Amino acid sequence: MTLQNEPINNDQVLKKYCRFKKSGIKYIDYKDANFLLKFVNDQGKILPRRLTGTSLKFQRKVAQAVKRARHIAVLPYVADSLK
Amino acid sequence: MKKNYETVFILTPVLSDDQMKDAVLKFIKVITDNKGEVINEEHWGLKKLAYSIEHKNTGFYHLLEFKAEPSLVSKLEIELRRDEKVMRFLTVAIDKHALIYNERRRKGAFNKKENKEETAKK
Repeated sequence: MTLQNEPINNDQVLKKYCRFKKSGIKYIDYKDANFLLKFVNDQGKILPRRLTGTSLKFQRKVAQAVKRARHIAVLPYVADSLK
Repeated sequence: MKKNYETVFILTPVLSDDQMKDAVLKFIKVITDNKGEVINEEHWGLKKLAYSIEHKNTGFYHLLEFKAEPSLVSKLEIELRRDEKVMRFLTVAIDKHALIYNERRRKGAFNKKENKEETAKK
């Protein structure tokens, strides 16, 4: 996290945006594995909003879709090198 | 009032072809007998599972999209639970966004080489 007195070089801090609102996706399919892989780190864990920048509404949809995908063995619960 | 549902279920890989077919037909019959209506049926065939279920690493995936009375879902799930060929199943209610998505998916809007931008165009 950037410290208070630490000079922030501006190009690094990019304005994060919710990719769903920007691209107009309304439904996240739990069957589509390679789309869901973008929201999961290489251990199979769901990426937090502060990294992906998605809005709360779509983060919940992503989380639900990932959990459903895990249930039907499309995504693993735990993985060592997923990508 | 009929609602839209979607069921994905996985059959054990140790089945012969016709055993698998009549298992799927049995579930479709459960839906059509109780005045449900199957909209779409997909068979993804033998796929590798992300983790082993019942000590098996592959399974036959089947998808059923149907319109039915809410009461029918519990009947279908009892049937799915009773059948030991079914390793896992998941029934999901389809809202209006999912409905639009499914129609576009059936028309092949999301072909193999789709990327995020293309899927987004609503």
